[in-house]
Amino acid sequence: MSLISGQAIYVMWLRDVKRFVRARSRLIGNVIQPFFFLAILGFGLSSAIFPGIPSGFKFVDFLTPGIVAMAVLFSSIFAGVSVLWDKQFGFLQEVLVAPVSRLSIVLGRTLGGATTALIQGFIILGVALALGVKVTLQGMLLGVILMVLIAFTAVGFGLIVASQMEDFHGFQLIMNLLVFPLFFTSSAIFPLEGLPAWLKTIAYLNPLTYGVDGLRQSLIGFSSIPIQVDLTVLIIISAVMMTAATYLFSKSEA
Amino acid sequence: MNESPIIEANGLTKVFDNSFKAVDEVSFEVGRREIFGFLGPNGAGKTTTIKMLSTLLKPTAGTATIDSHSITSDSDGVRHTIGIVFQDPALDDELTGRENLDFHARMYGMNGRQRSQRIAEVLRLTDLEDRADVQVKKYSSGMKRRLEIARGLMHYPKVLFLDEPTLGLDAQTRRTIWDYILKLNREENVTIFLTTHYMEEADFLCHRVAIIDHGRIIVSDTPENLKGSIGSDMITLECSDPGKLSNRLQTEKWVENVKVHGPTMIVGLRHSEEKIPEIVDIAREIDVKVRSITTRKPTLEDVFLYFTGKQIRESEVTASERMRQMLAARRR
Repeated sequence: MSLISGQAIYVMWLRDVKRFVRARSRLIGNVIQPFFFLAILGFGLSSAIFPGIPSGFKFVDFLTPGIVAMAVLFSSIFAGVSVLWDKQFGFLQEVLVAPVSRLSIVLGRTLGGATTALIQGFIILGVALALGVKVTLQGMLLGVILMVLIAFTAVGFGLIVASQMEDFHGFQLIMNLLVFPLFFTSSAIFPLEGLPAWLKTIAYLNPLTYGVDGLRQSLIGFSSIPIQVDLTVLIIISAVMMTAATYLFSKSEA
Repeated sequence: MNESPIIEANGLTKVFDNSFKAVDEVSFEVGRREIFGFLGPNGAGKTTTIKMLSTLLKPTAGTATIDSHSITSDSDGVRHTIGIVFQDPALDDELTGRENLDFHARMYGMNGRQRSQRIAEVLRLTDLEDRADVQVKKYSSGMKRRLEIARGLMHYPKVLFLDEPTLGLDAQTRRTIWDYILKLNREENVTIFLTTHYMEEADFLCHRVAIIDHGRIIVSDTPENLKGSIGSDMITLECSDPGKLSNRLQTEKWVENVKVHGPTMIVGLRHSEEKIPEIVDIAREIDVKVRSITTRKPTLEDVFLYFTGKQIRESEVTASERMRQMLAARRR
């Protein structure tokens, strides 16, 4: 069996995209939450003054990359964890019994999850544009690369979580205990500059911080950390996550 | 060479982490184009055996080959050789029937021309052509089963595994599925390994049956031979002292065999209708009161009872199956 089967990866990806397009209620749910964050926080805090936001930028400008990252993060983690649905509904057995390497299965699933996450990220970006946020289009290619890296990391994380759980019961706990803290300490909704030392330390330990910061550089045009650092950290962490996910997934038995 | 057994299992054993021995040194052979059945109650080790043969579980001990591919060292070869219909539905409900088949075909590396030709064939075989482009969530449970069988056949497997193929289906749908199984065995020349806890199913479909209980094969033969082995006729008798009566009956030449299970006794013999009065007379002679007496041709149920002392009954159905049936009923 070849380690990488293009057709298997393609059809795993295709299935995810088809399911995504058909599950409209999920799409709406996934877009509405970040939309509220963006609209309500963005305008609710519009008169607050934060250190670290250069003059000429509004708070909603600062917030937009954070919320795009949030949309990508949440939907990617969900895509990873949704392997549990396949387990529950038996479809995972069909996948596992096929003459296809586990690496191909993980890659197909990751690309599918990343694609649907990026679609949602772009919908938020569209909303932000409509709300009058100044998005610089020349940084878009870098933005896409960063979103892909965030998505790979988060799908891998979701797969790791799923490999440790039997069913969906623990999912809410994982979200509250891990994902929300990750999001809130990532400088997505406030700048790193004015933070107390302990919170700053946590933020620097949080990989999502580098994703949010990099997106802010590429989409809006300013950031707190050099973009090379952002990219390096994200490439390393996404590779680690994907490797761990593949390893754990290949050990699992149907 | 071509007529060597397609499946050969040798001392196949699976012990789970909690030291539960699900399958205990199971050995058997399945011939080419045969319909071979594992018959036994829930938890007897049937599904675990299928999972080992299909390379989803590693055996703790023992080996098996499928068309000369070892399940332990050549899982890729095994996977290309077999098709499998799992006990629980394993379809993607959001996709259409055709998309499910296409997914499968691509996973097995079939090219575009092979895919479209074979999809048309298996849809025709299972009479699903007119529903092919409907989402699977709108299928009935019988149609889902047929689609799974169609999918299992997509990549021209030499062996098709069917794990409880009619579990949770109503009697009429079950008959239809049986007809499809016989048809594909005939038309596709595919060997079928099925598990079931329905006696009639094993009897109706299987060329050979292995009766399995507590992870061990108790006995294995054609349904006719199995039934014949316990007597051409069978009398079930309830009386006040079955031990005493059975000792006495064993001295009679016309009694082929006797087994006692609690207050009941099973007697295998020929021409039961003539011998019933004689048995009643003998019982009276030795002061044993006969409470009831029935006679019939043996079924596989009787064979199972004879060899294990237990009945496979619907009352043994586990909570999970009842749940599944309930869900299936609600979906209808």
